[in-house]
Amino acid sequence: MSDKSYLDEIRNFCIIAHIDHGKSTLADRILEQTSTVAQRDMEEQLLDNMELERERGITIKARAVRLNYKSDDGNTYVFNLIDTPGHVDFNYEVSRSLNACEGAILIVDASQGIEAQTLANTYLAIEQDLEVVPVINKIDLPSAHPDEVKTEIEDVIGIPAEDAPLISAKMGINIKEVMERIVTDIPAPKGDPDAPLKALIFDSYYDSYKGVIVYVRVKEGSLKVGDRIKMMATGAEFQTVEVGYMGATNLVPADELRAGEVGYIAASIKSIGDTKVGDTVTKCDAPADEPLAGYRSVNPMVFSGVYPADGSKYGDLRDALEKLRLNDASLTFEPETSIALGFGFRCGFLGLLHMEIIQERLEREYNLDLITTAPSVVYKIDKMNGETITIDNPMNFPDPSEIKQAYEPMVEAHVYAPSDYVGNIMELCQQRRGVFKDMKYLDKTRVDLHYDLPLNEIVYDFFDALKSRTRGYASYDYEFKGFVPSKLVKLDILLNGDVVDALSFIVFADSAYPRARKITERLKEHIPRQMFEVPVQAAVGGKIIARETIKAMRKDVLAKCYGGDITRKKKLLEKQKEGKKRMRQLGTVEVPQEAFMAVLKLDDDA
Amino acid sequence: MTHKVGLYIHVPFCLSKCPYCDFYSVRYSREEAERYADALIRNIKHYEREFDSVYFGGGTPILLHEHIAEILKAADITEDAEITVEANPCLAIPEFLDDLRRAGVNRMSFGVQSMNADELLFLGRRHSMKQAENAVRNSHDAGFENISADMMIGLPGQTEDKIKHTAEAIAELGVTHISAYILKIEENTPFAQSRPELPDDDRTADLYLYTAELLEKLGFMQYEISNFAKPGYECKHNLKYWRCEEYLGVGPAAHSYFDGKRFCVAQNINAFMNHQNEVITDDAPGGWDEYAMLKFRLTEGITYEEAKRFGKRDEFIRKAEKLPRSLVNITDRGVNLTKEGFIVSNSVISELVF
Repeated sequence: MSDKSYLDEIRNFCIIAHIDHGKSTLADRILEQTSTVAQRDMEEQLLDNMELERERGITIKARAVRLNYKSDDGNTYVFNLIDTPGHVDFNYEVSRSLNACEGAILIVDASQGIEAQTLANTYLAIEQDLEVVPVINKIDLPSAHPDEVKTEIEDVIGIPAEDAPLISAKMGINIKEVMERIVTDIPAPKGDPDAPLKALIFDSYYDSYKGVIVYVRVKEGSLKVGDRIKMMATGAEFQTVEVGYMGATNLVPADELRAGEVGYIAASIKSIGDTKVGDTVTKCDAPADEPLAGYRSVNPMVFSGVYPADGSKYGDLRDALEKLRLNDASLTFEPETSIALGFGFRCGFLGLLHMEIIQERLEREYNLDLITTAPSVVYKIDKMNGETITIDNPMNFPDPSEIKQAYEPMVEAHVYAPSDYVGNIMELCQQRRGVFKDMKYLDKTRVDLHYDLPLNEIVYDFFDALKSRTRGYASYDYEFKGFVPSKLVKLDILLNGDVVDALSFIVFADSAYPRARKITERLKEHIPRQMFEVPVQAAVGGKIIARETIKAMRKDVLAKCYGGDITRKKKLLEKQKEGKKRMRQLGTVEVPQEAFMAVLKLDDDA
Repeated sequence: MTHKVGLYIHVPFCLSKCPYCDFYSVRYSREEAERYADALIRNIKHYEREFDSVYFGGGTPILLHEHIAEILKAADITEDAEITVEANPCLAIPEFLDDLRRAGVNRMSFGVQSMNADELLFLGRRHSMKQAENAVRNSHDAGFENISADMMIGLPGQTEDKIKHTAEAIAELGVTHISAYILKIEENTPFAQSRPELPDDDRTADLYLYTAELLEKLGFMQYEISNFAKPGYECKHNLKYWRCEEYLGVGPAAHSYFDGKRFCVAQNINAFMNHQNEVITDDAPGGWDEYAMLKFRLTEGITYEEAKRFGKRDEFIRKAEKLPRSLVNITDRGVNLTKEGFIVSNSVISELVF
C-alpha cells in the first residue's frame, strides 16, 4: 500500500454539541456500530470516564478513540474521534482538539435549536477550516421541529443543512448515515511522513506506570519508539518509550505514528507541566523549523482560597491537589494562610465550572471536607510609586492611598435566549454593569445579546441568575477581552468586631454599599445564634457601611433528664460535638461552612 | 468506700396517656399489675446492695399502691432512705396514700402541671385544680411532709400571670419541692401529630427565667435546671443521677448506672415479666464529658478539685473564662451555670467540654 492511500482512509473528526444535546450518546452509538467495543464492555458515556463527567453529562477532559469503519464504498476507514470539552472554561483546550481534526459533526437538538456554546465552538471549528457536518438529533421527541432547526443552522451558522441527517442517538436511528457522511464529507488528512516531525499535543494525562501519556495529532513527519523528542514550547526532551493508538478501552501500542494519524506517546515523562496542550512535539535529531501555530499558555482567570474544614487535613489537601495537577496543567495552587481559616491554598482556575469541578473532585475522590472563599478575578493596579501589580487575592489589596489606578478584566459575552426574555436579560446585564453592544435575531423567536461585562460580576452567580430570569432557556458564552480602568475597593466583613480575612473581597466601588448590605443579611441568616450577641459588619477602608446583629441564643436545653436515662442527653452532646467540627471558629464566633458559600449567592431573584 | 445505691422502679401503667408523654406505659389492669409486682419483687431480690433512695416512677406508680409494701420489703433499704412515689393528683385518695405511708413511703411527687383550667385541658390531664389541692391535703393528712409538684413552662399562649398563678397556688398548698419543666414536643406522641403552637425560644426563655426567679422568691431554691426545693428538701434520688452516683433500675425501660456500666431494660412489659433483659448502653461511662454534662445541671456546678480528678482542671478554667459571665459563675471553688446559662446549657456545656 502506498503512503498516499493510508492518508485517504483516515478521518479525524470531533463532535460539537451543547450539554444534553446528545454528544456522548452519539459517540457511544458510533463505538457500538464500528464494533470497537465488545458489548460486555459497553457502558453509557464510554468516553467520559470520570464519574463526575458521567453524572453531570459533560466532558471535562479531551479524549480520543480510534475506530475502524467498513463503509458502503467497500473500503475500511480509520476514524479518529476526538471528544472535546464543551464548556467555555476549556475554550483553549477545545480549540486545540479541533486543530487535531479535519472535520466536526455538529449535533443540534431537534427541539432546542442552537445554543450559545454550540455556536461558539462551531465558529471555532469554521475558523480552523474544519468541515462541519450538521446532524439533527432527538427527532424521536414529540417536540422535535427539525425543519426549523435546519433553517436556523443555515441562517445562524451559514452552512447548508438541507440534507443534514435526522437521527436519534438514543434510539439508534440513522447512525449509519452519519458514518457515511464522515467518509464522504470530511476530508482525509494531509501531511508528509518524511518531513520533520510536527505533532500537536491536544491532551495528556498521568499514568502511574508509564508516566505522562501525551495525545497527539501528527501533522508532519513520523515517530518511532526510541526516537528522542522535544517539546518545542517548554524545551523538555525525552526518549520515546512507546507509541500507539487509542483503543476504546485500552491503549494499543504500534510501531510508529505517521503524519495524519492520531495517537499517543509515552516517554517516561514525570511532569504534566512539560506537556502543555497546544505545544508541538518534534524530533531532537531532525527538528522542525518552527512549531505549529496557535500555542499559548493558559492562565487561570478565577482564584479562590481552598481550605480543609479540618485543619489537620492540610497535608491531605496538598497531596490531592498535586495529584489533580498531574492531569490538569491548568490548575494552579500555592500555599496561603488565613487568620480565620488557617492553612490552605490559593487555587487558580480557568473559570467557574473548572473551579466547581476541582472542588467537587477534591471532596469526592479525595474525601476532603473543604471551605472555599469567594472566587476572585485578577486585578491590575498601578500604584502611586510607579509599580504595577496584579492581585488575585483580596488579602493583598493595597491601601487605597497607594492606588493610582485600578483595572479589572472585561469579557465579551453572548447570551442566547428566546426573545421574550430580552427585557429580563438586559436588566440583569445592566445590574451587572454590562455595556450593551448589539442584539441579533437568530431566527424569528431567538436572539443573541452581545454585552461587555466585568468578569467579577459574572464569576459569582451570573449563570444562575440568568437561568432563573429566563426559566432556564438562556445559554451564554464569554471570552476574555482585556483590562479596563475601574474604581475598586476592598470590602471587609467583621464578626463581633474582628475582620474575617477569608470573607473579604474586592468590589466595584459603587456596588460596595448594596453588596455589603446583602452580605451582612446573608451572614445573619446563616450563622446560628451564639451564646452572645454578634454584630455582623461590613467595612470599606475602616468605615462601617452596613450592620446586622445576630441575637444571642436564648434557649438550648434538655429540661428533663428523667429516671436516670441519660442516653438522649449523651446523643445530643455527641451531635453537638459533631456540629462543632463543622463550624469554623472565627475569633469568638462559630461559623458554619455553609455561610462561606451562602455569601456568594447574592442574586435576589435566584 | 461503698456508697449507697439508688433504686428506680418503673411502673408502666397509666389509665390514659397524656398527649405530651413519651415514657413507656401500658394500659392498667388489676391482674396485670399484680403479676408485674411479683416480677419486680423477683428481680429486686437479686440485688445485694443497700439502697438509700427508692423512686417509683412511671407511668402512674400509685396504681400499684397495694403492692408497694411487699416490693419494698424485697429490697435492703436504709433507715433514713428517701422513698418517693409519683402520682396523678386524681388518684391521691386517702386509702391509697395510707397504703403507701404504711409501706414506708416518705415522699410524694404529683404531676400537677398547672393550676389553670385551660392549660390542664390542653395537657389532657385527668385531674382538676381542686383535685390537686386535695391530693396535697390528703397527703398531709396521711402523714406525708415531703411533697413535690410538677409544673409546666412553655405552654401555648402562656403568660407570666398564668405561671404566677400556678406557682403561687402550688406553693400555698405547702409542698416542699417543685419541678418546673419546659414542654417539649416528643416524637411519637399525639402532640407530635397535632403540633400545638408553642411560644418561640425567646419567649420560652423569658418564661423560664421568670419562673426560676419567682420560685426562689416563694422560697424554693433552684438546685437543678428544672428543680427547686425548700432548703433540705432536694430530691436525694435524682441528685444521684446528676452526681454520677450509682443507681439500679427495675422494670421495662428502666436505666441503671452500676458497677462501671450503664444499661437499660428493654421496653417490653411481657418480656420483662419473664426475665429482666438488660442491654448495655455504655460499657465505659464515667468520662469527663458525661460528668460535666450531668453535673453542670446542678447549681453546685463543678469544682476545680473535681475537674482535677479528670485531669481537666486547666482546660476547664480556660474554657470557662472564654464564656460570657452572664452564663457562668467563676468562683474560687469552681464553675457553675447561672440561670441564663441553664437555659442554653446544651451549648454552654458543649463549650466547656469540647
